[in-house]
Amino acid sequence: MVSVGFSVATKRQTPFKRRLLADNTESAPRPVRPRLGARTAYRLQRMLAPNAGYRWLSSRIEGSAVAVRLFTAGERTTKGTLFGCRMCGQCALPATGYVCPMGCPKELRNGPCGGVGADGSCEVYPELRCVWVDAYERAASQGRAADLRLLHRPADHRRLGQSSWLNYWQGRDEALWADGSAGPRVRP
Amino acid sequence: MNLRERLASGSFAVTAEISPPRGAGLESITTVTGPLRDRVDAVNVTDNQGANVRLASWAGSLAVQAAGLAPVMQMTCRDRNRIALQSDLLGACALGIRNILVMTGDHPKFGDHPGAKPVFDLDSVQLLWTLRTMRDEGVLLSGRSLDPAPDCFLGAVENPFAPPASFRAERLGKKIAAGAQFVQTQFVFDIPAFTRWMAQVRDLGLHEQCYILPGVGAVRSLRALEFMRDKVPGVQVPDDVFRRLKAVPADQVAAEGTRLAAETVQQVRDISGVAGVHLLVAGNERVVPAILEGAGIGVGRDGR
Repeated sequence: MVSVGFSVATKRQTPFKRRLLADNTESAPRPVRPRLGARTAYRLQRMLAPNAGYRWLSSRIEGSAVAVRLFTAGERTTKGTLFGCRMCGQCALPATGYVCPMGCPKELRNGPCGGVGADGSCEVYPELRCVWVDAYERAASQGRAADLRLLHRPADHRRLGQSSWLNYWQGRDEALWADGSAGPRVRP
Repeated sequence: MNLRERLASGSFAVTAEISPPRGAGLESITTVTGPLRDRVDAVNVTDNQGANVRLASWAGSLAVQAAGLAPVMQMTCRDRNRIALQSDLLGACALGIRNILVMTGDHPKFGDHPGAKPVFDLDSVQLLWTLRTMRDEGVLLSGRSLDPAPDCFLGAVENPFAPPASFRAERLGKKIAAGAQFVQTQFVFDIPAFTRWMAQVRDLGLHEQCYILPGVGAVRSLRALEFMRDKVPGVQVPDDVFRRLKAVPADQVAAEGTRLAAETVQQVRDISGVAGVHLLVAGNERVVPAILEGAGIGVGRDGR
């Protein structure tokens, strides 16, 4: 069986190399449980926060198409392996307990649907856990449950496949979420 | 008195749900709305519920209007992208449909076209947010202006019983922040669990920002109840409901189900912060008079 995803049934049998190069973007969305603990993820968040160094680095990378491709492939592999990233190009992980909401079969970015099973299972894949049940538990475990109250703006589908890290360091990700007093409109 | 006025007046509101026909005719709408006349403030028209193709909810809503009742047009995010959703809202409001209920929608996997492309371009929070901005600021999601802006009363849904339990009231809070003015819930069979959720809702002050209408359905048969528990996503049926309906003879199950619904209406009505009730009776509209009479709710609603 060829496995490029992280299905619970096959992940133990999948060779490490194939997992390392895993690409989640070629199949329908399905929930993936993160392989990185919540505490570590939030620590990494602090390390990766935009600063002058990252801005300089990201603008240097964006100066070369080859560098962008290589960097994006690295992000795809890293976040694909750790979070089942689907490369939406507008990363929600910092506000969702580091559980990727794009793995939700409905790609809900604002919390769980009403179909979550009593045991926390996904409505569409009952053998898997709802990403939002995981997200809530992980965020709450690190005192970050309030993050889940933020309103996520609609995803920009032009960004599919782009590097979210470059967008983040370049300040293009600042309007991804807000409280309800702002509007839903993202930059045109 | 329309739904918005009924809720604003503080008197107990009643809505009921019907499903449009699978076919190109509107006669069935007249039939199913018959028992609802004078008894409900508005009639929900489902949007391809369970991801099964039915006549469009806007067309069903127009038929409800023609039958002399006020529609609540349901809109799911499953089948249309942000362009079509905004366009449909403008069309509905231009045709006089004022009450709009926004929900994510069941996944196509559960319906009669399981191979359909799931759209989910917006989620329910984003759609509410978009519609509120169209109405209040007169602009589309793109920022382009609307003339005239739509006038609508925005509703949302919530499932008080699904995990994560401690997040469900906050999720309603997000929908209210996005624009929800009323909310109809999933089937309430478990009164203690609903009471716990309402306590969280009151703690957050949400009952003062949004009218809450718990969903109540009448069980027709044990098979229907099993189907609801096992096949309808997000419905939870406690064992004591099964025990109660199993204890009566088979030909009495429907009557007992109606009694249970009437009792549920009375019980939720006594919970602080509940503004009305939403009767989930699609396909079984004839029981509405019996449920409301059993709950002591009289006639005389003009539903306009």
